[in-house]
Amino acid sequence: MYSEKVMDHFSNPRNVGEIENASGVGTVGNAKCGDIMRMYLDIDENQVIRDCKFKTFGCGAAVATSSMATEMVIGKTIQEALEVTNVAVMEALDGLPPVKVHCSLLAEEAIHAALWDYAEKNGIKIEGLKKPKADIHDEDPVED
Amino acid sequence: MSKLIYLDNAATTKVYPQVLEAMMPYFSEEYGNPSSIYSFAGKSKKAVEDARETIANFLGAKANEIYFTGGGSESDNWALKATADARKAKGNHIITSAIEHHAILHTCEFLEKHGYEVTYVGVDENGVIKLDELKAAIRPTTILISVMFANNEIGTIQPIKEIGEIAKEHDILFHTDAVQAYGHVPINVDDLHIDMLSASGHKINGPKGIGIMYLRNSVKLGSFIHGGAQERSRRAGTHNVPGIVGFGKATEIAAETMEKRAEYESRLRDRLIAGLTAIPNSKLNGHPTDRLPNNVNVGFEFIEGESMLILLDQKGICASSGSACTSGSLDPSHVLLAIGLPHEKAHGSLRLTLSEETTEEDVDFVIEQVKANVDRLRSMSPLYEDFLKKQK
Repeated sequence: MYSEKVMDHFSNPRNVGEIENASGVGTVGNAKCGDIMRMYLDIDENQVIRDCKFKTFGCGAAVATSSMATEMVIGKTIQEALEVTNVAVMEALDGLPPVKVHCSLLAEEAIHAALWDYAEKNGIKIEGLKKPKADIHDEDPVED
Repeated sequence: MSKLIYLDNAATTKVYPQVLEAMMPYFSEEYGNPSSIYSFAGKSKKAVEDARETIANFLGAKANEIYFTGGGSESDNWALKATADARKAKGNHIITSAIEHHAILHTCEFLEKHGYEVTYVGVDENGVIKLDELKAAIRPTTILISVMFANNEIGTIQPIKEIGEIAKEHDILFHTDAVQAYGHVPINVDDLHIDMLSASGHKINGPKGIGIMYLRNSVKLGSFIHGGAQERSRRAGTHNVPGIVGFGKATEIAAETMEKRAEYESRLRDRLIAGLTAIPNSKLNGHPTDRLPNNVNVGFEFIEGESMLILLDQKGICASSGSACTSGSLDPSHVLLAIGLPHEKAHGSLRLTLSEETTEEDVDFVIEQVKANVDRLRSMSPLYEDFLKKQK
């Protein structure tokens, strides 16, 4: 049911954990539908993401998308990180089963939520970043 | 990969070699249609009738009260839809439980769309139907009570005799979906006042695609599958002779082994339950003693079931879960919600259903693997992180 890449990122997830005194932390999803994702960002003075770690309560796809998303944003500027969309994460994982598309949305939202937290902590505005939704399942997932 | 440890016997079971052997002649040698008149078909006809007799004896029924169907779901559909149709002059109300299999629940939803009213009686925290609620739900228009014998997810065995007595007292038909119980616990349709019963071959080491409906002779119901005159004109379609023979043989073996098997399986079941519930923040789902001898269902807080299933699969362990991700929707199992589990706990359930081939070594290996994987998944769970912070 899952691609080899999904299985690899599920079995050997990259960047699991917490970052102490993180520049930004974002938690999205809800336990009701079975997925909660938390992203920690360490952002340097040039607004480059130095490190990203995650913790996820969820299915195989949720873990794999979290893992892939962290890999895709590390080393990127904030503006570049905003381009890491759910579709990009899914493509990097060689696709997800249709019922799991919402998991990829969660990863995108978690990064946005962490960036929002960073912006609020530093009193700055990030161009193109919207306030994260409280519950990503309020809207239908975007399929590619 | 290590050896396969199959602990999903509530989903399906292996066909026993003796069952397969009994079935084999009815594919290419004795392939005659039991409905045919010539003597060549006589052996097929006799094989069907022998199986019917075996199954009837096992249930304490008469042979002409056993009807072969395509499986448990068909039997459930038949019982509900045909009763609704046959009794519509009396009323339009059906009582069932909140934890039925979808073959019952979705059939009830279908009937609701066609003007029938359904009461879904709740269960207590162990998954036992609330009898006072059931009694209170009875109306003059109630035509059927359908309550499963034992639950497929949490293994709880229902007070079938009490329900049967209540139904009889009020002159209401009583159907039970016994797909999970048949062959695992003793069933006598007269003692328990059962009017209709569904059972399936593949849950007791028989083949898939064969089921039965027990229909008490005094109950007059119409067909569900219309067509030829098979099964005393109640269930059309050429007999699945190899399937019927296999179901008969599987029943014969189940009847012989039931007592010892239940003893063996429940000993391993309790060992597995003890090992798994020793993990902190875990809980047994379902009744501690009134449960199927082979059913284990344990919830682990802060983790999600599908992840656990994939990790166990990597060790050759076949299991199942009531998490949303395994139900194909965003909601976890309706059974776990009905016993009062909050969503996040329902997502972390693990069901292991044993067989007589399960060994003590298997059980100990599974306990060790589940422990390791609960730790692993908790170490990456934001819910567990929050829990630990609150503890400090």
